[in-house]
Amino acid sequence: MGNYVELFIKAVFVENLALSFFLGMCTFLAVSKRIQTALGLGAAVVVVQLITVPANTFLYHYVLEEGALAWAGLPDIDLSFLGLVTYIGVIAAMVQILEMVLDRYFPPLFHALGIYLPLITVNCAILGGTLFSVQRDYTMSESVVYGIGSGFGWALALVGLAGIREKLKYSDVPEGLQGLGITFIIVGLMSLGFMAFAGIQL
Amino acid sequence: MSDPVKDMGAKTETIARTLLVAFLVSLVCSSLVASAAVLLKPRQVANALLDMRRNILAVAGLLDPEGDVNELYESIESHVVDFETGAYVEDIDPGTFDPLEAAKDPERSVAVPAGIDVARVGRRAKQALVYLVRQDGEVSRIILPVSGYGLWSTMYGFLALEADGNTVADITFYAHGETPGLGDFIVKPAWRALWRDKRLFDESGDLKIEVIKGRVLAHDPLADYHVDGVSGATLTGNGVTKMMQYWLGDHGYGPYLRNLQRGESP
Amino acid sequence: MSSAAKRALLDPVVDNNPVTLHVLGICSALAVTTSLLPSLYMCLALTVVAALANAAVSTIRHVLPSSIRIIVQMTIIASLVIVVDESLQAFAFETSRELSVFVGLIITNCIVLGRTESFASKNPVGLSFLDGIGNGLGYSVILILVASTRELLGAGTLLGYTILPNVADGGWYSPNGMMLLPPSAFFIIGLIIWAVRSWKVEQVEKPGFRIHEVHRTEAL
Repeated sequence: MGNYVELFIKAVFVENLALSFFLGMCTFLAVSKRIQTALGLGAAVVVVQLITVPANTFLYHYVLEEGALAWAGLPDIDLSFLGLVTYIGVIAAMVQILEMVLDRYFPPLFHALGIYLPLITVNCAILGGTLFSVQRDYTMSESVVYGIGSGFGWALALVGLAGIREKLKYSDVPEGLQGLGITFIIVGLMSLGFMAFAGIQL
Repeated sequence: MSDPVKDMGAKTETIARTLLVAFLVSLVCSSLVASAAVLLKPRQVANALLDMRRNILAVAGLLDPEGDVNELYESIESHVVDFETGAYVEDIDPGTFDPLEAAKDPERSVAVPAGIDVARVGRRAKQALVYLVRQDGEVSRIILPVSGYGLWSTMYGFLALEADGNTVADITFYAHGETPGLGDFIVKPAWRALWRDKRLFDESGDLKIEVIKGRVLAHDPLADYHVDGVSGATLTGNGVTKMMQYWLGDHGYGPYLRNLQRGESP
Repeated sequence: MSSAAKRALLDPVVDNNPVTLHVLGICSALAVTTSLLPSLYMCLALTVVAALANAAVSTIRHVLPSSIRIIVQMTIIASLVIVVDESLQAFAFETSRELSVFVGLIITNCIVLGRTESFASKNPVGLSFLDGIGNGLGYSVILILVASTRELLGAGTLLGYTILPNVADGGWYSPNGMMLLPPSAFFIIGLIIWAVRSWKVEQVEKPGFRIHEVHRTEAL
């Protein structure tokens, strides 16, 4: 159990996908102008990570990995080179299915999250989460924890940045730094803050 | 530029057409990907093997930038060792035995008990693959594969010992995910040189080797067993210490090293 | 070279740089900018993928049904990335290990998909190919700037060769460790944007909110 708590904390703070691996930057910068929208996108990312990271890890361990097809009587097959195309396919399909399910059964949730879902397919944080999970050889249960943790960490950084940018509107920023420039500097400072967590001993 | 297919644009939306295009694109892409994978696989495998051998030669002190790695590697002897007894196992071919592969197989591996798994190894194979360097027929260096968790992920490396099984000759890491510029001090030649002639066990046989915080002071009574750490990368240093504690302990190469120290051929 | 081709190639480097102007595609890249060599490989990989993906999408643009447009583009990009990744593992083994998952992340790089979608699906093959190279170069310029700054100030070296001799090795330069940590990449990009926009004033964004329009000299 302690192992999972540690993995979660590390995925949220220490190895924050946005702030220490620079993943999902495009959406991170584009959708962080208002807290309300940031919350919506953040929630959508957590949900999608929770589904896709374990799903892709499962596929890797039972279909793609060298020797993974032993259960089907094909122990010598190594399909790991198909990894990337499989993961992105799974992500695109999962997002599409999630969109349809939400639309059909949870209309209010669909209205809140729906517009962000297409953005998520091309969010590197999602694919990055999967790739890290596979590369680090997480077990199924670890990949679930890592999925939630990394998604939550990304969402936390996004909402934090949105909060700062809402306040920042009222400050007098030098002309050339206006908008994008100052946002990068702020993200850098946030990243510096999150680095302080790197020393935690669990 | 002329475009012969331009007037077909209007018909692109029928279902049959959509399926046909999807099928053709998939066909082209899959053949491209599959042929790249199949054609390049042998090179990749050769690269990985070459890299492993280069690292072994480096800790063996035999690496010669001019020489051919595979040729130099011929002189290195590999043996399969049983962890529990510390004796050589003759019925497993060291040429094909892959400890990392075996560690995944429940039949051929054991789980490391949680209490002593300080390096977070998880499972290890029941046997180890060790490498011996001989000089004029006598064993001059013993090379042990080690691994353990650093700050971000598992670090894999080789520890080379002198023939007494207690003096360090060299250490190298061939795969790690430590912070570039900080934790990656573990691969720097200057840090590797600090390990030279350090001792692992004291007179009573207790494991004393440790990567400490900061520099080893001249009057440190344990200077023979302490290696400089790097401030800002304490966790990486601790990871290396824990790796030593596990792999050189009773559950690791302990029995094998004791056999060597007693001067018996295992 | 015709003027259209020249524009497709050079426009994205400064005037329409995908990174500084459109905030596209820096995601997958910054994590490898701690040293210059892996960054160069990353630039090469992205430029190749962007150019070939553009050319491929442009070739089939008239037969491609719009309902499956995005997924087909993704498939093409993903396949190209796999080929590039496998080639790196075969021909540049050590660098490929440093790049780890970041080559794979080119798939979700917004520059590639953005260009196939907005340019290649409307323009002829040759021009699309050049546009891919141009955008790859625009990305490379930023990445190389960031990587050289980080490696030079963080370790005193470039491509592994010592430029500023370290104090530890008897030189005079004391490396700035922060340059090797993630935050520095953000700071450097922020400063690059500032520099570019001071030079190309038309790229400056309008402030979202201003309490009262005051001329700077007036406030003093």
